[in-house]
Amino acid sequence: MSHTRYHVEQAGQPRKFPAEAMARIEKILKRYPTKQAALLPVLWVAQETWGWISKEAAEEVARILDLPPSHVDGVLTFYTMFNLKPVGKNLLQVCTSISCHLGGAEGLIEHCGKKLGIGLEETTKDGKFTLVEVECIAGCDRAPSMMVNDKYYEPMDAKSLDALLERLARES
Amino acid sequence: MEKVLTRRVGQPNSRSIETYVADGGYAGLRKVLASMTPDQVTEEVKKANVRGRGGAGFSAGVKWGFLPKDTKGKPIYLLCNADESEPGTFKDRLLMENDPHQLLEGMAIASYAIRCRTAYIYIRGEFYDGARILEKAVAEAYAKGFLGEKILGSDFSLDITVHRGAGAYICGEETGLIESIEGKRGQPRIKPPFPAVSGAFACPTIVNNVETLCCVKQVIDRGADWFMKLGRNEKNAGPKLYCISGQVQRPGVYEAAMGLPLKDLIFGADYAQGMKGGRKVKAVIPGGASAPMLTAAEIEDCPLDFDGVAAKGSMLGSAAIIVIDEDTCIVNVAQNLSKFFSHESCGQCTPCREGTPWLYKVLTRIEQGEGRMEDIDLLARICNQMANGMTICVFADAAIAPPLSSVTKFRQEYEYHVTHKRCMVGARAQLVTA
Repeated sequence: MSHTRYHVEQAGQPRKFPAEAMARIEKILKRYPTKQAALLPVLWVAQETWGWISKEAAEEVARILDLPPSHVDGVLTFYTMFNLKPVGKNLLQVCTSISCHLGGAEGLIEHCGKKLGIGLEETTKDGKFTLVEVECIAGCDRAPSMMVNDKYYEPMDAKSLDALLERLARES
Repeated sequence: MEKVLTRRVGQPNSRSIETYVADGGYAGLRKVLASMTPDQVTEEVKKANVRGRGGAGFSAGVKWGFLPKDTKGKPIYLLCNADESEPGTFKDRLLMENDPHQLLEGMAIASYAIRCRTAYIYIRGEFYDGARILEKAVAEAYAKGFLGEKILGSDFSLDITVHRGAGAYICGEETGLIESIEGKRGQPRIKPPFPAVSGAFACPTIVNNVETLCCVKQVIDRGADWFMKLGRNEKNAGPKLYCISGQVQRPGVYEAAMGLPLKDLIFGADYAQGMKGGRKVKAVIPGGASAPMLTAAEIEDCPLDFDGVAAKGSMLGSAAIIVIDEDTCIVNVAQNLSKFFSHESCGQCTPCREGTPWLYKVLTRIEQGEGRMEDIDLLARICNQMANGMTICVFADAAIAPPLSSVTKFRQEYEYHVTHKRCMVGARAQLVTA
């Protein structure tokens, strides 16, 4: 449950989905018996469109699905993967659950934070990196495991992390 | 044992429908549509006693049997539980990323048996790759006529949709999953009614785990008798995927007949090949974070099946075996596991919402050398007030397993921590924090 991690911010512009996102939403709605059931998939479309979900985007989702905005807020704050504020271009998600913990995940986070000059839940000034700690991501046999946006990188150590960060900094 | 569930893992193009069909794929679906009634399929799965691979170990066929005979016009839903979030578990990820059609065929066979025509795969949000692979496989299966209207010329039609979660462990609990797929917070429901009577969208619903559905396909291909012979006895049978992680030489997913001795998995040449650095085993968590720890003495002669691990006072759960070596501080392990449960409690029931962070707080205090001797009994007392029917779902029962089992079995380490204000073993044993 994520309610302590983020808060919904009053930020962002009024949000209308671009046409291709609306086309995806139309397709999604056909797969479910109720509009409400499409909430998670539509929120994913919103996040993929804008990188995070602003209050305005959440309200647009509520309007499309005929849901009270408060219901959408309740759902948004329950699930940890919805970004309720902007995140860096590369969202570094380091697993610290048991097998990764035994594999040295905390050392990896410390190293990463020092390298980038940020703490957990913080974003670098150039907007390239955000560092977060996540619970088990099912990469336990390749501990410590981490994800950058939607890709797994595992197993990681200080050396492979440095190389990855350098590549990502160059590319973004 | 010949590999069954993972036989295509590692093969080139193992995800494509061509590879799958060339290897005999969808023959099981063809067979049930041509020659079996839905009830015959259910009977075969019931006879094989396919016990749920997600954690509870409940017979899938019996679960299907709870569906009402007359649904009063309501549709029946099949939800594949691909939320795989139990710390230490990574078998379903392997199955979905490498062999998605095996799961789709299992779902099609199960749907035919339970008379479902709309099914969903609820896959955890982090599995972007898994979801993309499954979506591609679903599209291939529609194109080849294995999904959609009038499958293979029969009267059976089925739609499958891949539905992504968004980061919430509790959505692996079947009624939490149902709430989530309805577009709500994934907070478990009070039972009864059980999902088979009233589940998703207030309709009869079956929730089965990925590996369970893959087993269903194997039962249809090879027969219940084959399935029942793999294992110690007929109640604990079939091919099984074991996830082993922690301080072993070769962590990974290993397939074996149900009942593989735990020590073989840890030390066997075909499996994890022993401990890292030749250190000794201190403790083993045999079934994911929710399972009580076993001591080195308890892992002697422990068959990894539902009843074998239960006889040791723990559970097979999702068959996630986490091995902890002698140089690791058990208080630190319990603290880490408590952090997980404290983070993941859905917040619905007071004993769990308040109890999980309390446990984490007390464990942190002890771990940091600020504990009091009475904290050790306090941990046990909190645990006893959280579980055994105090809450809607079994999350709280899971959350108390690490502290309660470690306090009971490794009490001297807790006492050492309080008295010496540092770990008894490992690198930090030398650090004086006082």
